[in-house]
Amino acid sequence: MTGDAHHLLPSGTPVTLIGIDGHPVAGSGRVFPSDAELRQALAALITARRLNDQAHALVRQGRLAVYPSSHGQEACQVAAAQVLDDGDWLFPTYRDTVAAVGRGVDPVEALTLLKGDWHCGWDPYEHRVAPHATPLATQLPHAVGVAHAARLRGEPTVAMALCGDGGTSEGDFHEALNFAAVLRAPVVFLIQNNEYAISVPLARQTAAPSLAYKGIGYGIPGERVDGNDVAALLTVLGEAVARARAGEGPQLVEAHTYRMQAHTNADDATRYRTSAEVDAWLERDPITRLERHLNLPASDVSEMREAADRVAAHLRDGLNRDISPTPAQLFEYVYATPTSQLREQQAQLADEHAREGAAG
Amino acid sequence: MTHEKLTMAQALNRALRDAMTEDSSVVVFGEDVGPLGGVFRVTDGLTAEFGENRCFDTPLAEAGIVGVAVGMAMNGMRPVVEMQFDAFAYPAFEQIVSHVAKMRNRTLGRVTLPMVIRIPYAGGIGGVEHHCDSSEAYYAHTPGLHVVTPATPGDAYGLLRESIASPDPVVFLEPKKLYWTKEEVSLTTASLVGRAVVRREGTDATLIAYGPSVPVALAAAEVADREGRSLQVVDLRSIVPFDDETVCAAVRSTGRAVVVAEAAGFASVSSEIVARVTERCFHSLAAPIRRVTGFDIPYPPPKYEHLHLPGVDRVLDAVDDLQWEDS
Ligand SMILES: Cc1ncc(C[n+]2csc(CCOP(=O)(O)OP(=O)(O)O)c2C)c(N)n1
Ligand SMILES: [Mg+2]
Repeated sequence: MTGDAHHLLPSGTPVTLIGIDGHPVAGSGRVFPSDAELRQALAALITARRLNDQAHALVRQGRLAVYPSSHGQEACQVAAAQVLDDGDWLFPTYRDTVAAVGRGVDPVEALTLLKGDWHCGWDPYEHRVAPHATPLATQLPHAVGVAHAARLRGEPTVAMALCGDGGTSEGDFHEALNFAAVLRAPVVFLIQNNEYAISVPLARQTAAPSLAYKGIGYGIPGERVDGNDVAALLTVLGEAVARARAGEGPQLVEAHTYRMQAHTNADDATRYRTSAEVDAWLERDPITRLERHLNLPASDVSEMREAADRVAAHLRDGLNRDISPTPAQLFEYVYATPTSQLREQQAQLADEHAREGAAG
Repeated sequence: MTHEKLTMAQALNRALRDAMTEDSSVVVFGEDVGPLGGVFRVTDGLTAEFGENRCFDTPLAEAGIVGVAVGMAMNGMRPVVEMQFDAFAYPAFEQIVSHVAKMRNRTLGRVTLPMVIRIPYAGGIGGVEHHCDSSEAYYAHTPGLHVVTPATPGDAYGLLRESIASPDPVVFLEPKKLYWTKEEVSLTTASLVGRAVVRREGTDATLIAYGPSVPVALAAAEVADREGRSLQVVDLRSIVPFDDETVCAAVRSTGRAVVVAEAAGFASVSSEIVARVTERCFHSLAAPIRRVTGFDIPYPPPKYEHLHLPGVDRVLDAVDDLQWEDS
């Protein structure tokens, strides 16, 4: 251990590689992602936006119980998935449906919980995506555990652990960072700082110069990145993943972004922020920026749009399908072997149903 | 005495305002309770009226919220803190169990904690997971905490005023599905904690309920009445302290009882009620006391919650089971 914390310090300003005008930012000294990587990211961004807007509409149509949209934050969602290998793990929050889809989870499955079901919908082992976590920051220690176990088993796995700005105030965030550092667990903690925790602005959450500083006390290096610049995210997250994989221990990345819509459909954002504030973020939109930069032939972009439309149609169809309820299943997965009480209760419910059926 | 027509959320808001006006040591804090007024708007307007020192947003940290409230209560304030939802109070569980509940005892009564932990709880609103837990048993099982839960706007006002004035910590459980029920409320501070109330008179059997299950019991009594059976309904209002006297008198008067509660039945508050009443009223009982509770499963999703929650039919089935005839 050295007394020098300098190497842990984040840069004063977030890393940006592509400016708002679409031109590369000079003098960053960072690796610029290849055109192929950026094209892949653009296709994913367009699909991500389409999914966010489709899910938003499905709430209004009563097909989804609730949807915390990542509209505006798609660059973080896309990059977090794109920098991982197949053997890596992703630990999403409720807002990170699109990142889960980026790992290969079917969007219909990805929205199972938010549709109002009791299970997450996908098999976490299939794509190595943990179930969404709603209790804030509780997924972070799990990511550390998965990464530590992988190291013990000699696997090259890295865990990407997602968290919001508000979530960094929870005890679990701090305990996870400390464990990861002490265990040298290969975890990349990505904080999507979208400036609000429901109505509470960042200034009420922390007095630190930036959230990237939160790692320093634990011995974890922090980086700040423009969360609406997918090129910068691919580079910064990609390098963080590589360092974690190489045995350099956990990494912390703070992405500066903005939630363009209300917290969820149940929230009224006009009570705590102005439309001028929201509008100011429009010009930083991650998709427009990358489109300007790549300047692809119109036909390429419309192909990407059509692909996104197909994914959205698949989501719409999946959620519009009425699935007949299966109440007996409520008792099936509580234990490996249901207790006799659960069997009794299951029978009681079936009996009530049968009687109702007979009466009706 | 003033009367006003208020929803339960408004009655709670009114109780906070009146307490803050009367006593400058009352402070309110939690997540989104400031300018937003809380996700259920129970703290609406308090920051504007009383300023940031009296009602403020905290960092997102439930253990911190309750822990800081402990310190403020140790030093002359009366904190009223909000946990945003039932299941999001669990990070604060250690503070509640190890400190809030025990401080008086471990200081021989020298340090007391006049604080209220408000928790929107229970289901029936189509909430997604972690938003519908009935967590009363955890708190009721912890010696040192008072646990109260209103079923009407009027009781919400009175119980909250009394809880804020209490020298001991109170876990104040607000049934979410009743936030929007409305009634004429008398803004009194008559003592309600520890006093159950007979909500409906009846002679054949007694339904014992609290919080969100009280309206269900009343609806069941209404239906039973049409079918020629007279059901009495008791609303506990306060789980700790428990009003043995009122509950037992009611059960003795009918000789039969059913407990109705949303929480899973195993090792629950409803189990405790059955045990206490049986111990005290054994010779007055014509049948074993029945319980109608949630199933012993994690709270199910919206499209299944009507199957899980105790409903009128299930209550009436249980009443039918009370051995009305020797068979
Ligand atoms: C332990 C816990 N407390 C409270 C909540 C209620 N809640 C849900 S989201 C949220 C705000 C979280 O903000 P942030 O971490 O910044 O993520 P964002 O929603 O902005 O993506 C709150 C308070 C919760 N889910 N879990
Ligand atoms: Mg946020």
